[in-house]
Amino acid sequence: MPFFSKSPWIIHYDGSSCNGCDIEVLACLTPVYDLERFGVINTGNPKHADIFLITGAINEQNKEVVWQIYNQMPHPKVVVAIGICATSGGIFVDCYNILGGVNKVLPVDIYVPGCAARPEAIIDGVVQSLAVLKEKRIAMVQRTKKLRVKGAVKNVRKSKNG
Amino acid sequence: MKTWIIVCAYILLAPIVGGLLSGIDRKLTARMQGRFGPPVLQPFYDVFKLFEKESMAVNRVQNFYIIFFLISIIFTGALFFSGGDLLLIIFALTLANIFLILGAYSANSPYSSIGALRELMQMMAYEPMVFLVAIGFYIVSGSFAVSDIVKSETIMLPSLPGIFIGFLYILTIKLRKSPFDLSMSHHAHQEIVKGITTEFSGSTLALIEIAHWYENLFLLGFVFLFFVFLSPLGIGIGIAACLLTYFLEILIDNSFARAKWQVVLSSSWVVAGTLGFANVLILQWLKP
Repeated sequence: MPFFSKSPWIIHYDGSSCNGCDIEVLACLTPVYDLERFGVINTGNPKHADIFLITGAINEQNKEVVWQIYNQMPHPKVVVAIGICATSGGIFVDCYNILGGVNKVLPVDIYVPGCAARPEAIIDGVVQSLAVLKEKRIAMVQRTKKLRVKGAVKNVRKSKNG
Repeated sequence: MKTWIIVCAYILLAPIVGGLLSGIDRKLTARMQGRFGPPVLQPFYDVFKLFEKESMAVNRVQNFYIIFFLISIIFTGALFFSGGDLLLIIFALTLANIFLILGAYSANSPYSSIGALRELMQMMAYEPMVFLVAIGFYIVSGSFAVSDIVKSETIMLPSLPGIFIGFLYILTIKLRKSPFDLSMSHHAHQEIVKGITTEFSGSTLALIEIAHWYENLFLLGFVFLFFVFLSPLGIGIGIAACLLTYFLEILIDNSFARAKWQVVLSSSWVVAGTLGFANVLILQWLKP
């Protein structure tokens, strides 16, 4: 299954970012860095996405939004926290409305610290997340196989009892 | 026997050729934008990846519609390449698109509903011109059957210049290229999330993409009909014209901003009404 590493689609969500990291995420898609040469597409749709890029800390208002986007993404999926705010809350961590980093609401797989995170670091983070994506895909296949075996076992029991 | 071989070749090879065309499209688009661009095989990677994703559907009927969309598109293409009736081909194409629209509507999401509405509006925009294409071919060759049109002694473009330009105009709508890509844009992160495909994911989205490859190939088949005449040279000119048309569409895609739906509808009707209709009138008038 080499295809995940060749076509990772991204959805980008701006938490309570200062817009610095967002600009850098978009800079990755411009002609200078051109993430699309690795097959990366910035989709605006969670249902098409494999990688969830979040910039900025999580606050009381967007925690449900983030959770909603995450739930709408089909498995396997990876969460990448971009910038120090998404990693730990950064300088905003003591604010009354800030919960902290993305890991307060979602299982984060890759952290890309920096203020703002440089495009090279973001690309590196995305490339590292591909390995995680691959692992998750393997785990997903094994899980479905187990379920199938369990179903088969149940049927055997049923026929024996009957 | 020969038609069966052509139909089988279409069903087997169209996804490969269509995918390659789509990959070349993405590469050329990137180069026109000053980027390096993805590999030519990228559309295949995307589709294989989508098949590996978890299947997630709002309701079951949604996937049912999309499977029928793919089957009807393949059926339409098979009719075309077996030399069938142009009118029947147009009706089958309309039916296929209706399945896609029903699939988008059944999801009941505002984004896919707007996408479906816009797709319906686009169908309204291009249908008159498609019929004029069929009528034009009928007047020149005396038959609606593709197998008869291909056997033409001379190249048909000189008799159908207006209809050809009109067809190029609506081809931009059908190929989902930029000024007219209202219902679903190929470029990511544009046009009401992802328009008509917003609620489709995983293998269902892959099926839509494959159907699009089949559709692209047989739409280029229409362009082929304008140029082909009964000799190997005619076939060569036809294929060259198809490739040139595809390049032109990519160029248009990258040099125009998206139009409003009012502009799409009125301009395509104006083009069909003037260029297409005038062409048909003059043909009738000159006919002995």
